[in-house]
Amino acid sequence: MSTEKFVQVEKVGMTFDTKKGKFVALRDIDLNIRQGEFVSLIGHSGCGKSTLLNLIAGLTLPTAGVMLCAGREIPGPGPERAVVFQNHSLLPWLTCFENVYLAVERVFAANENKAQLKERTTKVLELVGLAHAMHKYPGEISGGMKQRVGIARALAMEPKVLLMDEPFGALDALTRARLQDELMKICEATHATTVMVTHDVDEAVLLSDRIVMMTNGPAATIGEILSVDLPRPRERLSLAHDPQYMDYRSAVIEFLYAKQSHPIAA
Amino acid sequence: MTAVTVDALKVSSGETALKVPPPPVPSKLSGPSSSETDAAALRAVLGAVLPPLMGLVLLIGIWHLATMNGGSIPTPGKTWDAAAKLFADPFYSNGPNDQGIGWNILSSLQRVAIGFGIAALVGIPAGFILGRFATMAGMVNPIISLLRPVSPLAWLPIGLLVFQKADSAAIWTIFICSIWPMIMNTAQGVMRVPQDYLNVARVLNLSEWKIVTKILFPSVLPYMLTGIRLSIGTAWLVIVAAEMLTGGVGIGFWVWDEWNNLKVEHIIIAIFVIGIVGLILEQSLLLLARRLHTES
Repeated sequence: MSTEKFVQVEKVGMTFDTKKGKFVALRDIDLNIRQGEFVSLIGHSGCGKSTLLNLIAGLTLPTAGVMLCAGREIPGPGPERAVVFQNHSLLPWLTCFENVYLAVERVFAANENKAQLKERTTKVLELVGLAHAMHKYPGEISGGMKQRVGIARALAMEPKVLLMDEPFGALDALTRARLQDELMKICEATHATTVMVTHDVDEAVLLSDRIVMMTNGPAATIGEILSVDLPRPRERLSLAHDPQYMDYRSAVIEFLYAKQSHPIAA
Repeated sequence: MTAVTVDALKVSSGETALKVPPPPVPSKLSGPSSSETDAAALRAVLGAVLPPLMGLVLLIGIWHLATMNGGSIPTPGKTWDAAAKLFADPFYSNGPNDQGIGWNILSSLQRVAIGFGIAALVGIPAGFILGRFATMAGMVNPIISLLRPVSPLAWLPIGLLVFQKADSAAIWTIFICSIWPMIMNTAQGVMRVPQDYLNVARVLNLSEWKIVTKILFPSVLPYMLTGIRLSIGTAWLVIVAAEMLTGGVGIGFWVWDEWNNLKVEHIIIAIFVIGIVGLILEQSLLLLARRLHTES
């Protein structure tokens, strides 16, 4: 196992059997992700970026190719590849604390006692700034807070890879910006290997070490990969006028709107 | 002020079946002047109470007009007098064939509770299994479809044959009629558990026990309660008919007995009593369902 190829995706394809016959969602995906790297998947709707994320998560298994994580084949979903779902997916009948505790318990109960598990849960909720709301139910808190609980739940498992499916897609712009800043801090603090699906160009450039740009589906694949060599910690305000930032930004926009113009149907 | 508030609350809990939003409760701290809010609350109470009351008065009026010139059906007044006498001592007991109406209601409720309880113990787990395992559903669903439309009373002879006792046969009939809605609704609920929650379970790699207790059970609960409510409604319908056939102590048998005694006013009282008990059962389950409802 090398840290250079922590997540290995080799010649992966995904074909779905639908009522109308076979549907090729992804083909020939080759991607290696370094340990501690932040990678964004960007592309138009229907380009299979969520499908690729689900493949890394193990929620679906590829119909072609090999997927490896830490040198071992990905056999299915598991807590070492935690997912932050697009719509937070918190269990509404459990409090925020209990939602996170469910994950903590699953991963650490074998080696730790109840007090330690509770401490872990509290700590991770503090990390996302939710210490004050941890005994509330998801129905009682805002969308941004719910998403933070979702992130806390994923982080609490101390995953090898953190997978995020448009984690901030459903939030308003201000909340989204704040959570992006928090996420950057958390990723720096935990050195998490992160894969994030997004369709927000600024979000991709701001957060990523590399941006994986995908061609339009069906039979989507990786179009280009852009390395973002901006120094960290990154600061939203100063980057807004940074010429290098602008260049990255226009490279992504170029790809999305000139090379892969938006499919009419979508 | 307080009296009006209490009335308003009463009305709102009584109207659960119609899903009427509770009338605004006047508050001393906010709102315009207190006399204005009082008037609004009064209007809300009247609006909720008056129509049902008028309907009831109309029904009794028609009943009175239809029976005032004599005939076999007693007048409302006569029925009321008989009811007053009956409910003055509802728990007397002069041997197995002559007991107070309270005992009769309680024995019917007891039969329903036992039959229904066993049906819940069998039906809810069965529903979970059918909802979770497609092969089982494929095996059992045609059988359920075949048996479900059968009147529960058709099962009564089988019960008499197997259990050799009228009481057990009645319970068996209740069991049969209550079990279908519980199986069907539970299975339906299990199949409709949002995929998101199941994905969470897969990513966390939860044990089957945790999946059942933390994800399936809470998300199926509303469906289960619907099943329970439908079951208890049917059970209460069926127990009257079953008891007419089996005899003993019970509200259904009592109706039949009073028919044999030609005490028609008692039959009318029984109809009201059965209706009211059914209403209470249904409303309390609705209340329970609302208490347990969690918002996502």
